[in-house]
Amino acid sequence: MPDTSVSPAVSAPDTSATPSLIRARGLTKRFGDFTAVDAVDFDVAPGESFGFLGPNGAGKTSTMRMIGCVSPISDGSLRIMDMDPATDGPRIRARLGVVPQQDTLDTELTVRENLVIYGRYFGLSRAEVGRRADELLEFAQLTERAGDQVEPLSGGMKRRLTIARSLINEPTILLLDEPTTGLDPQARHLLWDRLYRLKQRGVTLVLTTHYMDEAEQLCDRLVVMDKARIVAEGSPRSLIEQYSTKEVAELRFLPDVAETLHGRFDAIAERTEFLPDRILLYADDGEAAAVAVHAMGLKPETVLVRRSSLEDVFLRLTGRSLID
Amino acid sequence: MAVIARTSSGQAPAQRPAPGSGLWRVFEHRLMTYRRTFRSTIFTSFVTPTLFLFAMGLGLGSYVDNGNTSSLGGISYLVFLAPGLLAASAMNSASFEATFPIMSGLLWSRIYHAMFATPISARDVTLGNLAFIAMRLTLIATVFTLVIVAFGAAESPLIVLAIPAAVLTGMAFAAPIAAFSATQKTPIKFNALFRFVITPLFLFSGTFFPVSSLPPVMQLLAWFTPLYHGVSLTRGLSLGTISADPLAALVDVVFLATFVIVGTVLAIRTIGARLVRG
Repeated sequence: MPDTSVSPAVSAPDTSATPSLIRARGLTKRFGDFTAVDAVDFDVAPGESFGFLGPNGAGKTSTMRMIGCVSPISDGSLRIMDMDPATDGPRIRARLGVVPQQDTLDTELTVRENLVIYGRYFGLSRAEVGRRADELLEFAQLTERAGDQVEPLSGGMKRRLTIARSLINEPTILLLDEPTTGLDPQARHLLWDRLYRLKQRGVTLVLTTHYMDEAEQLCDRLVVMDKARIVAEGSPRSLIEQYSTKEVAELRFLPDVAETLHGRFDAIAERTEFLPDRILLYADDGEAAAVAVHAMGLKPETVLVRRSSLEDVFLRLTGRSLID
Repeated sequence: MAVIARTSSGQAPAQRPAPGSGLWRVFEHRLMTYRRTFRSTIFTSFVTPTLFLFAMGLGLGSYVDNGNTSSLGGISYLVFLAPGLLAASAMNSASFEATFPIMSGLLWSRIYHAMFATPISARDVTLGNLAFIAMRLTLIATVFTLVIVAFGAAESPLIVLAIPAAVLTGMAFAAPIAAFSATQKTPIKFNALFRFVITPLFLFSGTFFPVSSLPPVMQLLAWFTPLYHGVSLTRGLSLGTISADPLAALVDVVFLATFVIVGTVLAIRTIGARLVRG
């Protein structure tokens, strides 16, 4: 039954009445004089994985909190499952799963108790919540830790428990705010795998991240946010095609040499970026660009040719790196 | 595997708890946590009054009773002190419960934010926690009252009603203090609260000696504190003197209830504001 999930381009037949699960127009959040989210527009379709990519302070969390119906909007409009957060907050929240940036687990309870008590908040019976808790522990690979206290769990386990907890009400939309920040690479991959399975089952995922690899792994479509605004929108692939070249040659020179090289690569690369520690040459054939650099008689300390990523898109759009 | 998550087709029925049940979910959560420490807290609530009544009621009392005790109204010091301590200990427990645990839920463990992400409202979070504090106070006051009776320090069967009177006294502190706690970002001011508000009240609200022995200005000041009215109620019930002046007792109840109601309304607001801010 769950596999009515389809690629985001095609809408499921019974959702034609509500084409967007989430629809924001001119959505704005102000805190006093400070504008955290500045008139953003976006739509999230049923079954898609939608991401907000941007550096810290771009307004991602503020946007997520408005979608989560815990922070009132300052201006514009926001519809979630065709309901208004201002008047239908509890009804919307009943159908959301929320994975906040900071863990909010009850460290005085056991792993399983955390799931059980959370299910009760949604009005589920004890029997039902017990059944779901056991299934979710399995899904989160925490069955062996069911009776343990939360505190000694690793960061990755706590995150998986938080995700399991967010699924206790069988949410229509799962909101994940920086789901893997602070985790080691292995724990991140394990988490991505779980999220990917959810996506396969047709759960609509909405996530924020400042990791471009995470965005590339998980998002069908994303918006790039910077300074409270949306600066670009599309699939990871289309964004890279639109804003970057196929490949990038990364050159490292000694600092005083690098300073003398401004403008020297214009004939070799479509575009160049001078970063504090390296020079990026954007070209469809990175290898050829690197060869051309050597042909100019220059001897970089290191040369790395790689495919363009969302990091390059962000650099192009904002002139800054995602993680500084 | 249907449990894991619903498909996005949006046909999920809105699972919505019955109105008012949110409060009890929050209460249930606190109860689940409390189960672990239940035994030790019950033990503590026996030991504390027993020690106090031994040391102050019997020990100190043997000196007091040899002196001029006319201002006590011709009763032993133990009989005078016991109901006062009952009200005062309700104040102490309530004050503690309304400071650190509230701050933890909002800032440290952040479990109130987890609740707020579900259909639970700020009102549910506030009322559920206050209900839990009231339950704790009921346990503490019941045990304390049993100890008083065991010491032979109760003069009237009305002492049974001193239990709800003590709970009311405690809640007159818990509700406004919870409202205050939700506005704080660090526990620094809690120390000041205990040192400059709770302790002076403990000492000067008629628990240990009649307020009539204080200078007139302080008597007036004492009248405006909730503990004064709490002690006046529990003592009136324990001594059986309450029927002599029912109007005064009514004033006590109204005074305390006002603190509870105003405090609760403020707490719903400040806790709500903190939850919305994130």
